[in-house]
Amino acid sequence: MSARDTDWEGVRLHVVTGKGGTGKTTVAAALALALSYNGRKVLLIEVEGRQGIARLFDCSPLPYAERKVGIGLGKDGRPGGDLYALAVDPEGALRDYLEMFYGLRHTGQALTRLGLVDFATTIAPGLSDVLRTGKATEATRRKAGGREVYDAVVMDAPPTGRIGRFLNVSVEVSGLAKVGPVRNHADTVARVIRSPQTAVHFVTTLEEMPIQETLDGMAELRSLGLQLGGIFINMVHPDGLAEADLKAAAEGRIDEVEIALGLKAAGLADAQTLAAGLAIELGEHARNVALQERERRELAAAGQPRYELPAITDGIDLGGLYRLAEVLRNQGAA
Amino acid sequence: MNPPAVPPRFDTDALIDDRRTRIIVCCGSGGVGKTTAAAAIGLRAAERGRHVVVLTVDPARRLAQAMGLSYLDNIPRPVDIGFPSGGSLHAMMLDMKRTFDEIVEAHADPDRAAQILANPFYQSLSSSFAGTQEYMAMEKLGQLHRTDEWDLIVVDTPPSRSALDFLDAPQRLGRFLDGRLIRLLTAPAKPGRAYMKMLNAGFSLVTGTLTKVLGGQVLKDMQTFVTAFDTMFGGFRERADTTYRLLQTPGTAFIVLAAPEPDALREASYFVERLAGERMPLAGLILNRVHVPAATRLSSARSIAAAETLENHEMPNGAGENGPVEDGPVEDGAAEGDAAESAGPRYALTAGVLRLHAERMQLAVRERRVAEHFTAAHPTVPVAEVAAQPEDVHDLEGLRAIGLSLASRPARG
Repeated sequence: MSARDTDWEGVRLHVVTGKGGTGKTTVAAALALALSYNGRKVLLIEVEGRQGIARLFDCSPLPYAERKVGIGLGKDGRPGGDLYALAVDPEGALRDYLEMFYGLRHTGQALTRLGLVDFATTIAPGLSDVLRTGKATEATRRKAGGREVYDAVVMDAPPTGRIGRFLNVSVEVSGLAKVGPVRNHADTVARVIRSPQTAVHFVTTLEEMPIQETLDGMAELRSLGLQLGGIFINMVHPDGLAEADLKAAAEGRIDEVEIALGLKAAGLADAQTLAAGLAIELGEHARNVALQERERRELAAAGQPRYELPAITDGIDLGGLYRLAEVLRNQGAA
Repeated sequence: MNPPAVPPRFDTDALIDDRRTRIIVCCGSGGVGKTTAAAAIGLRAAERGRHVVVLTVDPARRLAQAMGLSYLDNIPRPVDIGFPSGGSLHAMMLDMKRTFDEIVEAHADPDRAAQILANPFYQSLSSSFAGTQEYMAMEKLGQLHRTDEWDLIVVDTPPSRSALDFLDAPQRLGRFLDGRLIRLLTAPAKPGRAYMKMLNAGFSLVTGTLTKVLGGQVLKDMQTFVTAFDTMFGGFRERADTTYRLLQTPGTAFIVLAAPEPDALREASYFVERLAGERMPLAGLILNRVHVPAATRLSSARSIAAAETLENHEMPNGAGENGPVEDGPVEDGAAEGDAAESAGPRYALTAGVLRLHAERMQLAVRERRVAEHFTAAHPTVPVAEVAAQPEDVHDLEGLRAIGLSLASRPARG
């Protein structure tokens, strides 16, 4: 593994999107852990005020400040690097922006009080987006002592339905500001997002709606000229059944007698009734597997690298995150 | 330990059969099947004689196709439900820009309307997803209600970041329109008034900064927009308030949707509490996509143990021979010779099926547990369940299956 490059060599800003309910935040966190090896410093950013990262890493709600939340997944016997996390809100990002570019810390606070932030998020969400993406690109480009502060930045981005608009900041803002400082800022942000340094990953499950959204979202981003990343197929349930058995079951041919004999051999009572119930479950499962195969083929046609993550059945905890990180690394995602 | 709380059953058929029910609002976090559930409820109500319009915000083409329409737009389109029921079904999809434009055109004189429609800030506001969609969904709901053409309106709420956005966004827009910044931008200071002087100082600070940060043109556009819009603000707030009050009347029923997962049910909990706080009538919770194993009597632990027995060839009393328990008339001889001769595990299929069953039972137990947590916190909220469907909905038949699952009693318990 160590000799082989990862699939995303050269990418420093990983944007992770996906339909609601597909585990986007979990995948973003696992990817961040996997990217943080051999002393590599990684920043995980959330932009929607859900505090999902704090929940995953079992820590108190994240402030608007980069805070260390864990150690990355080690590699080749060497320990992982530091993983930092940040919850970006438009208000903090605006104050940051004013301070960083204009030295206007107190004005930022005054503007917040006067409702400028409400203004930005209500009347011109494009401005709020450019502030949030701006924070991510700033962290990606930030340098100290001649080298980049973060080796990689992972952004838990808005869901697939909103991702195009969210990332297409330059265009969104250009409708509002033809010239001027905000426009310049938006253009800088857009340059980073459109550069080969940035890739947009999609998280999906093997269900029709999330897959359709993934394919639509990828087409949209492609038309916007953004670099597509990988497809992360989440919550895959492996089973120990033979392919031939599944195929037969999907077509409605289930050997109930054979199942009943096995149940009896295992010492279970009322084998026949039980076999009938299990046969129904097998049939449902087999049809589902067949459907998923069709969906895998649809995703394959999109032509992007694909990674499969197992379902963590007992709820995601830190241990589960490391497991997913390892799976991602073994498949070449990091 | 106390026995787990059993929630009252949410009788959705009674709700849709009650002619006093005029509006059903389906809410819940993203990805829990709101849109499909709204369509399924609408279809079932139409089949039971109601005149229904389903207002969706989800541009899913699949749903339109499921209802026999090639697409949905801002106008209610009739859906052929296939048999005469005495009722009818229409469906439409919210076009928020179109809806917003119509309000502007209806409430401003032509010159002013044109000025507003051309303003870049209006264009951003009216086509954005943050807040406007929620506001316009409420607006459209009010419009549909006023036409009195339907006796039941089923609304699907926008896929918000959080389920609460749906209630907050209209007010946020209202708060913004009443906000100090707006007043600063619109009201030129009148001399001689102390507080105006203070505001004036604030105003130059704000305009100074905004000019520096946004550029002069942006500020000018903003002021133009706000000024042009000013006359309509009163109307907007009034309408938002009217719709809000409509949602508090007994003819409205909120249905909270959730998948039996911790995150979705946490959102559902927030929403239930919020509705109570706003005095909005909650009809019940729909637990969507509940997994119900077919053989519930075999626990996952026993299922795994049995699978292990088969996989390890440690069969009690010898492979395939008369087991210790003999209930069914399983033909004995059938298994005997084969078991000894076959190379692989003799009962690989059974072992695999047992493992599959164990997983399903674990999932079911987990789902049951999170549902019980919800009921422990909200013991009076009625609950209905929809079993997970093997495939997504492709046609009216699929929507019907969901409506049927909703109306039937839960398989377990």
